[in-house]
Amino acid sequence: MSLALQDTVSQPKLAGDRTHRARQLTWLLALGLVGAMLLSLAVGASGASLWDGVFDLAMGRELSLRDSIILFEIRLPRTIMGVLVGAALAVSGAVMQGLFRNPLADPGLVGVSAGAGLGAIIAIVLGGMLPAAIQAAVGYYLVPLAAFVGSWFTTILLYQISTRKGRTSVATMLLAGIALGALTGALSGMLVYMADDAQLRKLTFWGMGSLAGATWSKVLAASPLIVIALSVSPFLARGLNGLALGEAAASHMGIPVQITKNAAILMVAGATGAAVAVSGGIGFVGLVVPHLLRLLVGPDHKYLLLNSALLGAALLLLADVISRIIISPAELPIGIVTATLGGPFFLWILLRQRGLLDM
Amino acid sequence: MLKAQDITVKLGRVEILHNVSFEAHPGQLTAIVGPNGSGKTTLLRAMTGDIEYSGQVTLNGRDIKTARAWELASERAVLPQATPLAFPFTVHEVVRLGLTNGVAADKAGLVLRALQRVGLAGFEGRFYQELSGGEQQRVQLARVLSQVWEPVAENTPRWLFLDEPVSALDIGHQLQVMQIAKNYADAGGGVIAVMHDLNLTAMFADSIALISEGSVLCQAAPETVLQDALLSRAYQCTVRVNTPPANGTYLLPHAASVAAE
Ligand SMILES: Nc1ncnc2c1ncn2[C@@H]1O[C@H](COP(=O)(O)OP(=O)(O)O)[C@@H](O)[C@H]1O
Ligand SMILES: [Mg+2]
Repeated sequence: MSLALQDTVSQPKLAGDRTHRARQLTWLLALGLVGAMLLSLAVGASGASLWDGVFDLAMGRELSLRDSIILFEIRLPRTIMGVLVGAALAVSGAVMQGLFRNPLADPGLVGVSAGAGLGAIIAIVLGGMLPAAIQAAVGYYLVPLAAFVGSWFTTILLYQISTRKGRTSVATMLLAGIALGALTGALSGMLVYMADDAQLRKLTFWGMGSLAGATWSKVLAASPLIVIALSVSPFLARGLNGLALGEAAASHMGIPVQITKNAAILMVAGATGAAVAVSGGIGFVGLVVPHLLRLLVGPDHKYLLLNSALLGAALLLLADVISRIIISPAELPIGIVTATLGGPFFLWILLRQRGLLDM
Repeated sequence: MLKAQDITVKLGRVEILHNVSFEAHPGQLTAIVGPNGSGKTTLLRAMTGDIEYSGQVTLNGRDIKTARAWELASERAVLPQATPLAFPFTVHEVVRLGLTNGVAADKAGLVLRALQRVGLAGFEGRFYQELSGGEQQRVQLARVLSQVWEPVAENTPRWLFLDEPVSALDIGHQLQVMQIAKNYADAGGGVIAVMHDLNLTAMFADSIALISEGSVLCQAAPETVLQDALLSRAYQCTVRVNTPPANGTYLLPHAASVAAE
């Protein structure tokens, strides 16, 4: 009797059904993210570790002025930006891989981040030419919006070039990505060369390739696009699952393929654009995170997207903490940390899936 | 019922199907046969709305050009000739992909029953990409079956569109899969199957459409279509239909046609 009851109450674990594990992992990752956020708040180059400060805060005690400034004006915006950017990059990677049906499609690798960077630089260097009214209206949002348009444009172009009749050629995708990245990089370089002193200062402020310059204004500038993009992503899960069987099969299963594709491209562009606008291109997060999760709990996008957001945020915070303490009191650009970890990982994927490039 | 009228399909600049008409009734297994490249897959893809065509296709009275993807998906499922899969899904997860139409609460149960029906019970935990071609095809059939599990829902027949469902299978599984299709039709659903093997077609089909060079030579009951002259003309070789003493029909390509070349 009690046995039978137990059977119906406990979730039956079926072979090949990784749903249960994926849900458990979500809780684990959420815990991990909280831990990473505390670490990011408490650890830094500015001398004292702030564990006491964080603890005081949790206990509801007053902080010293110095601690309070470091915590609320420097560490907190940086931590929140790390969460936003990490989640945005990882989910963009997962969605893009689903759209291209390929684990190697990463916004950083295939020129989408470079397109976003170009958009951001155009906005900084040429934004002054816009009518004053428009400038006043968009304000800080100009740079992320321009980056969004830049990455949107690159994603569409890339998809058109590398996908024929619903099939993506991996080789074409990677090569076209290199070409697009080089082209947008060159244009960006030319614009930087044209920039005057004030613009150069602005370019440095938007900072390419790190979370170091995080401020509340940057967090505010990036968060709308990232939050919208991340909240759209769960609705893409079913469509991306269907696309894994090809466009025709997805449509047979009742998925509005064209809408799914357009929404996925917009989502990737929004998240990547905003992330690049405030942090520059931080590579490999979008590649490594979804890949690890697929190994652990399978490719079902219903769980992959949320888990990617959590793991991406946590990993980026950890990489940022490493970049802050490894050569303390100086800081290593976070891009160097992610590339050091992500580069070998990318090669490992390539070696594991050598046949992939022959498709 | 499914009705296709005056279907003309151009792929690139070439006209592949010329004014083809075709129909299939619920309760029947309708086979489409014809030589390689005659346009069987193209006709099926036109009828599933995958490619542009001129003419009209109606499924259960609904024009498929104006119907929504999810409306069609709740009434028919499609098994393509081959299905690529992008990521390392398990067999269980692949079949679960078919359950996109808010089907019954007991999803896991349906996945298992579908796998059992195609003879793959115990394969749930295997990785799809590590299966043999024939096993993969049966997993896809399980996915397709689970999408339209009940042959009749709300008094409306549901449909299976199968493109060469048994070509990759050994003879035992060929018979098993054809029997699944036949049972689906017997329970009131509609089945349209592109067939390669004329013997299996003769054994299981209620109606046969014979296609040659993008036109339907004829669509009728098996005994009308499976005639020496018609088949020889369509397949460009000498075919003789023999009726064995027991019930059933078997066909063999005539050895003379090979010797003559
Ligand atoms: N995408 C395409 N573009 C041009 N021709 C095609 C295309 N797909 C198929 N064809 C041609 O259309 C004809 C019919 O193909 P198909 O319907 O696949 O034949 P089958 O009867 O063997 O299923 C063949 O001659 C084939 O070469
Ligand atoms: Mg075919």
